[in-house]
Amino acid sequence: MEFSYDSEQVALREAVHGLLTRAYGGDQRRAVTAKDPGFDEGTWGRLAEMGVLGLPFAEADGGMGAGPVEVSIVAEEVGRVLAPEPFVAAVVLAGGLVSDVGTAAQRSEVLSALAEGTLVPAFAHPEPGSRWEPTARSVTATADGGGWTLTGVKEPVPHGARADLLVVSAAVEGATRLFLVQGDAAGLTRTGYRTHDGTRAAKVEFDGTPAELLGEGDADRAAAIEKAQARARVAYAHEALGAMETALTTTAEYLRTRKQFGVTLNKFQALTFRAADMYVSLELARSTVLWATLAVDADGDVVTAADRARLQVSRASRHLGKEAIQLHGGIGMTAEYKIGHYTSRLTAIDHLLGDGDWALARLAATVGDHETVDPLS
Amino acid sequence: MRLHLSPEDHAFRDEMRTFFTTAVPQSIRDAVAARRELTKEQFVETQRILNAAGLAVPHWPVEWGGRGWTPLQRHIWHEEMMAACVPPPLAFNATMVGPVIATFGSQEQKERFLPPTANLDIWWCQGFSEPDAGSDLASLRTTAVRDGDDWVVNGQKTWTTLGQHADWIFCLVRTDPAAPKRQRGISFLLFPMDSPGVTLRPIELIDGGHEVNEVFFEDVRVPAENLVGEENRGWDYAKFLLGNERVGVAPVASTKRLLAQAKEHARELQVGGRPLAQDPLMAARIAELENEVLALELTAIRVVANSADGRPHPASSVLKLRGTELQQAVTELVVDIAGPAAVASFADGDSTVPEWARLATPAYLNFRKASIYGGSNEVQRQIIAGSILGL
Repeated sequence: MEFSYDSEQVALREAVHGLLTRAYGGDQRRAVTAKDPGFDEGTWGRLAEMGVLGLPFAEADGGMGAGPVEVSIVAEEVGRVLAPEPFVAAVVLAGGLVSDVGTAAQRSEVLSALAEGTLVPAFAHPEPGSRWEPTARSVTATADGGGWTLTGVKEPVPHGARADLLVVSAAVEGATRLFLVQGDAAGLTRTGYRTHDGTRAAKVEFDGTPAELLGEGDADRAAAIEKAQARARVAYAHEALGAMETALTTTAEYLRTRKQFGVTLNKFQALTFRAADMYVSLELARSTVLWATLAVDADGDVVTAADRARLQVSRASRHLGKEAIQLHGGIGMTAEYKIGHYTSRLTAIDHLLGDGDWALARLAATVGDHETVDPLS
Repeated sequence: MRLHLSPEDHAFRDEMRTFFTTAVPQSIRDAVAARRELTKEQFVETQRILNAAGLAVPHWPVEWGGRGWTPLQRHIWHEEMMAACVPPPLAFNATMVGPVIATFGSQEQKERFLPPTANLDIWWCQGFSEPDAGSDLASLRTTAVRDGDDWVVNGQKTWTTLGQHADWIFCLVRTDPAAPKRQRGISFLLFPMDSPGVTLRPIELIDGGHEVNEVFFEDVRVPAENLVGEENRGWDYAKFLLGNERVGVAPVASTKRLLAQAKEHARELQVGGRPLAQDPLMAARIAELENEVLALELTAIRVVANSADGRPHPASSVLKLRGTELQQAVTELVVDIAGPAAVASFADGDSTVPEWARLATPAYLNFRKASIYGGSNEVQRQIIAGSILGL
């Protein structure tokens, strides 16, 4: 087992790091997230020019043919500066579903436009009352001549109002299938709003809205959704790692410089020990997430590996997020200072695709199926 | 980045697994699996089997029995040994005094001590801690005063693990009380435990066992040739000894094995008409521990895979801290699975309480030591805060 990046991967990391640091190295994020669509279209375009938005897709579909390791490198840099661009949501999750399930024509059309930065897709999957299931219930699809229509409500859909194209899960006779809905489709009503972490989500209502079936045949797509979400969980875990690392280095820097009682805060062992524990949580989470990425790369048991990463990152991100604010004191509560935004984003990531207890319940259900967990087998 | 072992490392692992599960007597491995106390003879027999196969001191210099393995191979060797319930080579010999003599000792000392140290013909014990020098080891007060060709040692050591079996002791002694820095006046001495003036007194621990001792020195005469390296440089050798081992810092394989045993016990116990293992709270507790042990194991692999240039990976400091916490958490889990039977610690063989449940609480109490020894976990936090976070 090996955890180091090759030279091309290091170059990718440095390029993305440079681009995103120029975009968000100062306090640009507050201004960008204050207005719709909650991210910077210019930065999105520059990511496209760099090839980042087509990374995981086949070259035949207009992508770069790279793998989950490259995706993870980008996600980590996104998290490091809290870039609000929807890399994981649009590329890994929505794009990933089109890549997995779409016909050759759909893949070529959607993914090449996504890679070029001219089309932002979103995955409209959560429904009122649903809780991270891979299935759809309340949004239903009806065959209508040669096509389909959708009816029902999806919410909260990340970037659902900005999206040019919605990948929508819908129930058809007890099964879950996937559809494409254009942003300007008739019978589509989208109500966007700002979320606590500065990004955007929307209530998306379908009322006899025309839709195109994603892929061919009448297969149930719940397993495909489960797998795409698992890959997105791992990518979000990398975004969280980047965010946690910045939260920790920022906190350590604050302890070194902030003075109280006539001395810098790092003279207080009660505080430095808590920072040490944050480091422990971060490094253990990093090990699990790197391993899960390799499991995705090897196309192993992606769902279980993602659950393991999700659990470890959930615990770590809550630990680091809460302690980062506490160790800063009052300044950590202000919107003007950056540390609280890290906690807010980590909290959002924790609830997008399943929290730690949700992952633990799934792992507990299968804990009797094996004697030990052996990552070297 | 690569998920699986290389074919060579895979073959190496198979070779280790085969050896450890076939060459070491089943009775010894059963005793380890049942968490029974081992006899001196069982330790010695095992180490001689390993040494004959070149597997006792693979990390030593090649001319003294080392194998020149990669850090990952050493990790695999250690994990397979622990997974097979093979008692590892005595740490005082293999990872403490042996590497110090091999690195800093004279040629005569190497020839005299290294072969019997590898073969456990000499059983070493450690004379570091004192009643007033625990985590603050540099405050030690045992003295050695030069008298002709001898050093004369007076003072007291404590927490001397398995000193009752020991033939020799390696001892930190103060040889220059006037040194400007207290770390500078310490030397590293070797002498037999049956030297006149050495007295050993057992310390009974909270688990009822006799694992550690106090050792008293009264005018013990030690030939000058038994001082390792340079006079007054013993602190450097002690730091080397405590810091040179990167493999096996975190008890991963033994914790995994105990967790697997705990799962088995929880499956066998019926509570309210179903196995305890199916209780949702119990299943979640086991699953979370399993995930944390996985994270620890992966971190250990990251550390060994990235320490090829001899410098430890920054995350290595996490291993001792989290490794002992999880070791303790699993011993606690076993007590809770035993439930009311966990009270029957010292019942005899006639008891209806199974052996694992009888041993559960003493083991739990015994392993409170793990977060104290080898640099307490608070010392580890200090290291992380200071040398990694710059605090």
